[in-house]
Amino acid sequence: MTEFLQQLINGLAFGSILALIALGYTMVYGILRFINFAHGDVFMLGAFAGFYLAPKIAAVLPTPSVASGLAVMFMAMLICAAIGVVIERFAYRPLRRSPKLTVLITAIGVSLFLEYTGQLVFGAAPKSFPPLIPVYPIAHLGGLSITSNQVIVLAVTGLLLVALRFIVLKTKIGMAMRALSFNPEAAALMGVNTDIVISFTFALGSALAAAAGILFAINYPAIDPLMGILPGLKAFFAAVLGGIGNLPGAVLGGLIIGTTETFVSGYISSTYRDAIAFSILILILLIKPSGLLGRKEIEKV
Amino acid sequence: MNDDLSNGFGMRRKGAQRLEWPAQMIRLAAGSDGPDDNQEFFMKNWRSLISEALLLAAGVFFAGCNKPASPSGAGGEVIKIGEYASLTGSEATFGQSSHKGTALAVDDLNAAGGVLGKKIQLITEDDQSQAGQPATVVRKLISSDGVMAVLGEVASSRSLEAAPICQENKIPMISPASTNPRVTEAGDYIFRVCFIDPFQGTVMANFARKTLKLKSAAVLKETSSDYSVGLAKYFVAGFTADGGNIVGEENYSHGDKDFSAQLTALKADNPDGIFVPGYYTEVGLIALQARQLGITVPLFGGDGWESSSLVPIGGRALEGCYFSTHYSPQDTSPAVQNFVKEYRARYGDTPDAMAALGYDSAMILADALKRAGSTEGAKVREALAATKDFAGVTGKITIDSNRNASKPAVILTITNGQFQYVETIKP
Repeated sequence: MTEFLQQLINGLAFGSILALIALGYTMVYGILRFINFAHGDVFMLGAFAGFYLAPKIAAVLPTPSVASGLAVMFMAMLICAAIGVVIERFAYRPLRRSPKLTVLITAIGVSLFLEYTGQLVFGAAPKSFPPLIPVYPIAHLGGLSITSNQVIVLAVTGLLLVALRFIVLKTKIGMAMRALSFNPEAAALMGVNTDIVISFTFALGSALAAAAGILFAINYPAIDPLMGILPGLKAFFAAVLGGIGNLPGAVLGGLIIGTTETFVSGYISSTYRDAIAFSILILILLIKPSGLLGRKEIEKV
Repeated sequence: MNDDLSNGFGMRRKGAQRLEWPAQMIRLAAGSDGPDDNQEFFMKNWRSLISEALLLAAGVFFAGCNKPASPSGAGGEVIKIGEYASLTGSEATFGQSSHKGTALAVDDLNAAGGVLGKKIQLITEDDQSQAGQPATVVRKLISSDGVMAVLGEVASSRSLEAAPICQENKIPMISPASTNPRVTEAGDYIFRVCFIDPFQGTVMANFARKTLKLKSAAVLKETSSDYSVGLAKYFVAGFTADGGNIVGEENYSHGDKDFSAQLTALKADNPDGIFVPGYYTEVGLIALQARQLGITVPLFGGDGWESSSLVPIGGRALEGCYFSTHYSPQDTSPAVQNFVKEYRARYGDTPDAMAALGYDSAMILADALKRAGSTEGAKVREALAATKDFAGVTGKITIDSNRNASKPAVILTITNGQFQYVETIKP
């Protein structure tokens, strides 16, 4: 029983990081109906931004402390938001009127560009991420161990989900985002500046990826330029599983994939982890093609 | 067109384009109107594409056939030696270290007047720690650069990839640090200057049983690595033969970051120690996560741990862990101390085992060249196979009948973030 609960905690901790990445995927998709495959690499850039910012922050604030951790995360989010806007401006905007496939392939190109430019600039060898936040063992109840990092990840994911829902549902720019998502032409005719709304969407999504990157690096402190590929892919599946375009769905999907993978590695075999996890994904999508919380879209002919 | 206009019109155009697609597809499917031209165009393109591909293949084939036959650097001014190493990627510190050691050896040899009256030219290729790359770069070294011998790699999986190519071209290959037995089984041109996993695995099993006095142990290995799987196998055999009990075995894959599931399962098995025969990036993360999960027993592993990146990743979690390796810079013998001094003077850091093995791999090749009196592959091979009691930095090296080095292993522990010498175990 202890082992089961411990595996559940492990799975939720890993899943909540996936959930955080999935939030960015799903939001961009929800607004633009476009899968930003470079999202996993913005996640990587977030971790590297943290890596280079940490020594600078350490000169001002005592590290490791919660304040320095938050400061680094906030600055990395700002940097990545800017990178997201730049990527959209130069890679995706010129293609806004092109077929969806062109944009998709461009996204893969941007992804490869970031990965290999990362190898050139940061070096390909894994770097050790500095401890930003002090790690406290929170509980050792009957052999169960939960660390402060795991709780922080869950809490940040929850907070960002609430904040995102607030932005999308309660603010003016959120209303513009929803309008754009519903009907881009009508939104533009009603005076919504689509360029600004799309830029904002990318900034928000990239900031989320940066937050995930920092949290990932705090938990798994070996970062390299290709670190975004696998988590990015899994987060994409998480977003699809939860119903792409649906914010709580992304979190749910992330948690499901995280716990399934952990249980499969813990009880069956880590060799078949991905195979089994993705078989389950296929099964769920066969039953609910639009994902767990996704709404069925009626195709107008 | 300015941006304001493009907004409104852009959206409408996009809609129009969507309509065009199905229409085009229907046209293509029906084969009416226009597609005749299209088909012809495709056919032509296909034909030219195939013929181009054939030409290209033929070119590659002939290039491959011609080059090795030409006397590789034998009549030239220099002796060309190829090296392939993981200079970047997940095992970059291995490649960097072994390369630095090899480069130092080549410079030492050249400073002493070279070998057979010729200078040695080292041609280094990076295989990026990626499967598939070693084959490519070693083919390039042999056929395009015309090297007479190849040095490399540290990781067994990648040495295994290049070994058949060297064997096929009758180019002697010396691996500095691949410990998997299968590496030299690729053929009689493949050598190594390090001990092999059956020895290393047994050494760690004996160490765990006799010195650490462990009754039970668990194993966490990387299934995608020949090195890790091999080492685990010989450790388990040695440990159980000595009366120890293996209580759990778990796996992970290359590039994994989260090991908490496997470690939680192993924790439930309650072992006295965990054998982690992996590479340093994963080992650092494993140690970190093991301690977070409340696993306090020692972790121990093989020479894949030895890297300057291990402690920065694993930190305090690695205190009191052990690993076996090829040499210790704390060794007081003059050969080691000279090497350490020279290496520090040149690179500013302390050489690790990979650097020492890289150095020895080049030195042993030079020794064989001198004894062979020729750069001809077959003669150098004979000389290499006859190497006996060569005084290397990593101990006295004798090449046995399976072209493996028979030599002692060293066990190190991690104290206050430093590698400390524990003991030497002779074969």
